[in-house]
Amino acid sequence: MGVPSGELLRGVEPVRPSRWKLQNKYKLFLLALPFLAVTFVFYYLPVSGWIYAFYDFIPGIPLSDTPYVGLKWFRTLVANPTQTGEVLRVLKNTVAMSSLGLVTSVFPVIFAILLTEIRAGWYRKFVQTLTTIPNFISWILVYALAFSLFSVDNGVVNHFLVQLGIVNEEFNFLASSSHVWLTMIAWYWWKSLGWGAILYLAAIAGIDQELYEAAEVDGASRFRKIWHITVPGIIPTFFVLLLLSIGNFVNNGMEQYFAFQNAMNKDAIEVLDLYVYNIAFANNFPFATAVSMLKSVVSVILLFAANTLSKVVRDESII
Amino acid sequence: MLKKLKPGDALFQGIIYVLFGVFTLSCIYPFYYLFINTISSNDLSAAGDIKFYPQQIHFDNYSKVLRISGLSHAALVSVYRTLAGTFLTVGASAFLGYLFTKKEMWGRQIWYRSVVVTMYFSAGLIPWYITMHNLHLTNNYLAYILPTIITPFNIILVKTFVEAVPPSLEESAAMDGAGVLRSFWSIIVPLTTPILATITIFSAVNQWNSFIDTAFLMTDTKYYTLQFLLWRYLNESSSLAALIRSSPDMAASVQNMQTPTSVRMTVTMIVVLPILIVYPFFQRFFVKGIMIGAVKG
Repeated sequence: MGVPSGELLRGVEPVRPSRWKLQNKYKLFLLALPFLAVTFVFYYLPVSGWIYAFYDFIPGIPLSDTPYVGLKWFRTLVANPTQTGEVLRVLKNTVAMSSLGLVTSVFPVIFAILLTEIRAGWYRKFVQTLTTIPNFISWILVYALAFSLFSVDNGVVNHFLVQLGIVNEEFNFLASSSHVWLTMIAWYWWKSLGWGAILYLAAIAGIDQELYEAAEVDGASRFRKIWHITVPGIIPTFFVLLLLSIGNFVNNGMEQYFAFQNAMNKDAIEVLDLYVYNIAFANNFPFATAVSMLKSVVSVILLFAANTLSKVVRDESII
Repeated sequence: MLKKLKPGDALFQGIIYVLFGVFTLSCIYPFYYLFINTISSNDLSAAGDIKFYPQQIHFDNYSKVLRISGLSHAALVSVYRTLAGTFLTVGASAFLGYLFTKKEMWGRQIWYRSVVVTMYFSAGLIPWYITMHNLHLTNNYLAYILPTIITPFNIILVKTFVEAVPPSLEESAAMDGAGVLRSFWSIIVPLTTPILATITIFSAVNQWNSFIDTAFLMTDTKYYTLQFLLWRYLNESSSLAALIRSSPDMAASVQNMQTPTSVRMTVTMIVVLPILIVYPFFQRFFVKGIMIGAVKG
């Protein structure tokens, strides 16, 4: 082997042969290709199914044998007052729960700030460890726990409330539509508060300790330190997460609502995702497709709006 | 050594100690409540007498519920999908995340964005179902495993993490003749263990907890998972009654008669236990992993 010409330049500047780069340009792409293909098949290919929204599709009958109906299913959204009422009810639930989620997204911030104020390290660790557990439990399990604790016949909560004389008769927490929005957001935070705080705890840990020492010297109180050092230190993280959740405003997901829904609370718990599921199971495939199509369009618009907002406010794009 | 507290500070400390204590208790008590009820006398449990400590401890509920036909098979399905799904998801996230750090990849920005945007965008339930159906993934184990391979969030985590690895390491390996695969396996994988451990626990928990895909795609009972059975037991009292009847030697034991509630609670405990057992071992890994990712990002 002769001495490569690059050998002479070693130590003068980093050697990075351009030939290696060129070869790699397509090789790297080919290596990624199988994974991109999987992405295409499971995320992009289903979009072709939007075509079903324009047909009177019935499961089991091939599309070629079903009549093309144009925008019929989109028109039913506005043409039929009962149908419009249904959609408005579902939209109201969706907007209400998403808004509650956005407003209460300061909870993990408060949790993290207060937790760092705790002096005993072991207690901090204890709280942090145990409060993240619910995050790893499925919504079905959360519902199972709720069922055991709050059910009418032998739930421990009702027993206590009756024994303490707070209520006269057992209250059916799970089958009432009067407080569903609040109980749903409560369960949501029960499950995710501890976990959500971890990111903010990381952000707080990243704040320069000298800032606190300097403030201490200047005689700043505990609350002034929080307000002038900790809060500005974690606001960037908060903004990123807030903007990300704006993009998901109409995607509440459905696992939680699916698990908790029953005949009694259905009116208030049905969000868009769950509604699509319920009408699909009533075998109205084209209408369900039309609704989820509109939902996706709104999502993407919101995502790009949030992205633009992020560029303006923070000079940084999120996608 | 703690500094001496001013009275106001002491009060403040006291309040947050109590607040966190109450919240922590509320996170843990449901699990504890369920557990003590499943190992206590079913009569006492049915009367609502078991609140703080177990009484007349027995393990009949577990031995009987585990013998219910279908349950152990569902457990196998759950274990299988968790192992296979996690393995593939972690491998794919690590490799694709690493490839996306290579600036010289043809069309890198476009591919990366097209993967990330899928976090926000979905075709909807019916188009997705019809696609899965056309791909013959209904009543098929692969439906549990293939769609999770690409999880955009994991790929972002790995990419962010790998970008923090000094490029000189890979450059010197390339000088020694290492290709992309070699440098991925020998340099990147060992250096990214914290984030890979994080992704492992995330996807294992996700796989273990999934139930909606079963509800949509599987009609054959042999594909049912534990979560799905639990959901059915919670909602269908008739199936639960049938299940108690079908349980062997049910009539023989007059004591500790299983009630629908005790069966429900026991199944819940069986589904939740693996997570509660594994959790403490992995907790430090994912907290560290997510913290590093967060501070760097």
